[in-house]
Amino acid sequence: MKAAEFDYIRADSVAAACAALAAAGPGEERKIIAGGQTLVPLMAMRLARPALLVDIDGIPGLDGIEARDSYVAIGAMTRQRAAELSPAVRDAVPLLARALRFVGHVQTRNRGTVGGSLVHGDPSAEIPLAAVALDAELEAEATGGKRTYAAASFFEGPMVTAIAPDECLVEARFPVWNGGRIGAGFQEVASRRGDFAIVAAAAQVALDGGGTCTRIAAALGGVAPGPVRIAALEDALAGTRLEDGAIDAALASVGGAIEPDDDLHATAAYRGRVAEVLLGRAIREARDEARA
Amino acid sequence: MTARDISLTVNGEIRRANVMPRMTLVDLLRDVLGLTGTHIGCEHGVCGACSILLDGVPVRSCLIFAVQADGHEVTTVEGLADGDGEIGDLQDAFWECHAMQCGYCTPGMLIAGHALLAENPAPDTGEIREAISGNLCRCTGYTQIVEAIALCAARRREGEG
Amino acid sequence: MSGHGANYRYVSRKRRTKEDRRFIAGKGRFAADIAVPGMKHVALVASPHPRANILSIDATRALESPGVHAVLTGDELAAETAPLFNGLDIPEVKWFPLAVGMSRYAGEWVAAVVADSRYLAEDAAELVEVDYEPLPAAVEIESLLEPDSPLVHPGHGSNVLVRKTFEWGPVEADFAKSERTLTYRARWGRSSTVPIETFGVVSRWDPIREILDVWASIQMPNYQEQIANSLGIPTNSIRVHNDVDVGGSYGVKRGIKHTVITAYLARKLGMPVRLIEDRLDNMSGGDAHGPDRLFDVTLAFDGDGTIRSMKLRAIDDVGAYPGRGPLQLGKPITALVGPYRLSSVAYEAISVTSNKTGQVPVRGFGQSPTNFMIETGIDLVARRLGIDRIELRRRNLIRSDEFPWRIPTGTEYDSGDYHAVLAKALALADYDALVARRDAARAAGRLAGIGIAACLEPGGGNNIFEQLLNEKLEITTFVESCLMRVDMHGHVTAVMSTTTSGQGHETLIATIAGEELERDPDTIRVTHADSLEALPTRSPVASRMAIVLGGATSEAARKIRAKMVRIAAHNLGVGEDRVEYQAGTFFVRGEPARKLEWNEIASIAHRQFHRLPPGAEPCLQEFSVLQVPGASGQLPNEKKEIQLYPCFSFQAHIPYVEIDPGTGKVEVLDYAIGHDCGTVINPDIVRGMIVGGLAHGVGAALYEKFAYDGDGQFLSGSFVDYLLPSSHEIPIVRDVEHCTPSPRTSLGQKGSGEGGYLGAPAAVASAVNDALAPLGISLSELPMRLCDIEAAIHEKRTERNG
Ligand code: FES
Ligand code: FES
Repeated sequence: MKAAEFDYIRADSVAAACAALAAAGPGEERKIIAGGQTLVPLMAMRLARPALLVDIDGIPGLDGIEARDSYVAIGAMTRQRAAELSPAVRDAVPLLARALRFVGHVQTRNRGTVGGSLVHGDPSAEIPLAAVALDAELEAEATGGKRTYAAASFFEGPMVTAIAPDECLVEARFPVWNGGRIGAGFQEVASRRGDFAIVAAAAQVALDGGGTCTRIAAALGGVAPGPVRIAALEDALAGTRLEDGAIDAALASVGGAIEPDDDLHATAAYRGRVAEVLLGRAIREARDEARA
Repeated sequence: MTARDISLTVNGEIRRANVMPRMTLVDLLRDVLGLTGTHIGCEHGVCGACSILLDGVPVRSCLIFAVQADGHEVTTVEGLADGDGEIGDLQDAFWECHAMQCGYCTPGMLIAGHALLAENPAPDTGEIREAISGNLCRCTGYTQIVEAIALCAARRREGEG
Repeated sequence: MSGHGANYRYVSRKRRTKEDRRFIAGKGRFAADIAVPGMKHVALVASPHPRANILSIDATRALESPGVHAVLTGDELAAETAPLFNGLDIPEVKWFPLAVGMSRYAGEWVAAVVADSRYLAEDAAELVEVDYEPLPAAVEIESLLEPDSPLVHPGHGSNVLVRKTFEWGPVEADFAKSERTLTYRARWGRSSTVPIETFGVVSRWDPIREILDVWASIQMPNYQEQIANSLGIPTNSIRVHNDVDVGGSYGVKRGIKHTVITAYLARKLGMPVRLIEDRLDNMSGGDAHGPDRLFDVTLAFDGDGTIRSMKLRAIDDVGAYPGRGPLQLGKPITALVGPYRLSSVAYEAISVTSNKTGQVPVRGFGQSPTNFMIETGIDLVARRLGIDRIELRRRNLIRSDEFPWRIPTGTEYDSGDYHAVLAKALALADYDALVARRDAARAAGRLAGIGIAACLEPGGGNNIFEQLLNEKLEITTFVESCLMRVDMHGHVTAVMSTTTSGQGHETLIATIAGEELERDPDTIRVTHADSLEALPTRSPVASRMAIVLGGATSEAARKIRAKMVRIAAHNLGVGEDRVEYQAGTFFVRGEPARKLEWNEIASIAHRQFHRLPPGAEPCLQEFSVLQVPGASGQLPNEKKEIQLYPCFSFQAHIPYVEIDPGTGKVEVLDYAIGHDCGTVINPDIVRGMIVGGLAHGVGAALYEKFAYDGDGQFLSGSFVDYLLPSSHEIPIVRDVEHCTPSPRTSLGQKGSGEGGYLGAPAAVASAVNDALAPLGISLSELPMRLCDIEAAIHEKRTERNG
């Protein structure tokens, strides 16, 4: 299980990385390597065989977490473990903090990056799910300039994202919810803890002083080619007090929003049922945290 | 595709090598540098047998190309003790508790345990299980490994107290 | 610790092992650590098709690839080597290391590429062009019995490899006498032991000395003989280096085909050749899958729960190349009725071949599926009769005063106190509190269950069971040996003759030798002789090393000690019967001042012929080649009755699980186990193997499966798809020991390497079923995966609401 041959450069700036990507010959695949936790196994199995790897690890300023007014900006090269332990993430983007604990194992989080997970777009990965739930913005750079993607349209299919071959993701911006009491819930089921989720559910809610839900984000992973927002459910629950009965009733809309598939670990029917169960739990978890 | 010169610090010593970009760090350590204490179990990032410390934190060396480690610092199981023939306190606790059978996962487990104790000198059972959950052992069922890490932590605390 | 017959100095004491020291230092020496100068590397070309004719193989481009030395195909290898060993009498089922003419499972190796590095070999392997004609495959287990099933080995004419029926004891009479019967099905999924180290081998041929050197991560009886048979060279031209550390095996490290490939290539190319399986090679093409069994069972019993008889049919899907796999239907005959007092049993054993990866021996050699089948039945009978599961077991377990107990198949169990072990396990589990915990969880709306399983671990080996499935195999020995010497300085070295894969044999030998010789085990050196220097061995399979190697060690040590007593008596001028030995000193009984020290005798033995008793051979070197203790050494009688394994360890398993009803996810939250393997040699080693085996059993019960789709495509080729339990899935296990020494062994020891695995699948299944019982659900297929459990719950709820 050895990777096919490739060439390697270590970029010292985003511009250099983009230039290297842009210089790809016809039919030649060039890829960025950040933490490599998804890419290297694919290369080892020769399911990915880029001709050139552009290492962005050493680029100054590409990692780091910064709370700005309305969002927390996370540099693409930021290690998942650093984000998990970051007080800024914990305080301002509680859903992401919660999701990060479910990502792989500490050894892969030490190496794996927030940007890498986003760019690979595994349909059951936790960080993309949090990004979609929270309407994160993803900023990418190419030689021609910068482009900002909305998470909602970034994940196009299993392991397929909108990022162009010559682009380098530089930053993910997770909106900070201000106003009201915020709570987050993240639930997933995997055969073993630490595995990619079979189904994952994410919810973040804001309650006003009277306990009414002023804002809710709810999304599912593992039940569609990419993470999906359950908009109808959000609409149904916004303005309620998130009583159990209301949540249960709203979960009926999950089925229409997902398109689960069979695989080795679970059937589509399983995924469909469990999606409702977990999303219900995630919303309750978020609600209870907000109420506390 | 050209081989390139890299230099990294391994167990405190500067080591240089000329490698093809596709060579993994674990292959470099084992086949080029002769440090066969780091093992290979899957080469796709699941089993943890290849665990090492990279700049002090535990990572899987099968998921890193050697060229990526150029300029960095690596610690392998061979570097956990002071000198040849010596053993460190965590290693001693593994021996005391018989925290292994075939010994194949052991270097990775030691790295995981070492990293945990560096960060958390008094882990509880749940924290120890979490810290080694990325390292598969087929022999022991983990109980004696958990006991060994707890024993080392307790001994360190006693030593300080 | 309790019940020890003797107060030992070293045996049964907590002592550090001999082996661990090198492993903690990262100084183990595993197959992949062995770098022979000039060695080349193999990568394999695997068939993507479950069943296909191989029309042609074109290696032209591969041979032009950089660093490539050769591309070996099945046709070439088959022309130059003899087929590999099959346990059954199936001459038309030919097994070669590389596919010949037809590929019979997805992942089967079709060609081997040799290059300067594994990287380059993999590059070239991609360039080998194989033209296949895909064919429909034989996949589903029951369909393999059908005459129109696609034939895996057309020459054999059927996919049934062997079908044998046995009847032991008055089966029909017992059924007629019984008040009730219960029929059920139990399904054991295809899983295996999957060590973290894959199989690896390096072969080097020395044409001048005519020696083939082999370094391999092997655990297999008759390895060098099988290599010799295949290559057509004398056994004494093969030197297997038994000092290679093996990174786990639990039965499966049987890389004979890998070895033949590398050995053939090494001879042909004149270069050392190494093949280290990568994980993908290992899972799909390594021929290391385990039993895949369907049991149909009927039990006959009375209303009070007394079980009298069992009729059993077992179909085992051994995959495309049977090897020794099918014989795993034979070994369980030695404990076919488990620890229970059944007076008769009927057994139909059917081995079928399919378009799947080949099966090899797995920990327990078929006993774990058998125990799962038995325990599933016991639970079902309890449920049917409304008798408590523990009480039902108590009524049927053999009682301690009934040993030796002969079961219908002819094996006599040596010793045990099953009721006592069960009682200890229940006490350890704090059973009443556990029931309260379960009930509280249920009251809170969770699904919670307690598992109960009693299980036997046959130990000691004895491959006479093979003869029950293949009359041509008349092998009535299953020996192990130890050679011991005391050098002229008095230092003790013991030589074993096989490899170790985590069982701690060096510690075993040093401890027993230390006990027998009253020398500190830490001072005793243990080495692994290579196969040219080794004494006879059948390798560390079958929970046999404590019993047979331990026995041989005792025997050799006792001979040494006796000889030293003789020398002492001669030099002290007294009869041997007047010499006493204690901790290094030989003295005249009652006159401690008249003595000779250990080292003095060693020196006399080696250097002073004039002080040796007349006729004594100089020096101190003794050996023992031990037949299985308690084995008759005979063939089965006309009723097919025979003593198979000699020793029977026992465990009682009590796991506690909770199931998330919304997701079907099972968490094993607690696990208590009571075990009795007779005299324990090293408590830490025994505990480790029991807990480790148990964890392996939790995997088989809940997570692990080599899955195939309906067309025979293999779906579990990586560690992402085949799920070994991690530290999250295995609770901290609590264990309690009991000791009923075996009367058949040197110190009362029995086997302990398999017991955890032999009971845990049954126990976890029992716990899951207990948790699901309030819903009226009972599952009997392993692994019990979360999606299957959730589906069963969903179905029941829909039924109820519907
Ligand atoms: S070998 Fe690196 S994780 Fe398994
Ligand atoms: S000690 Fe053998 S795999 Fe852990």
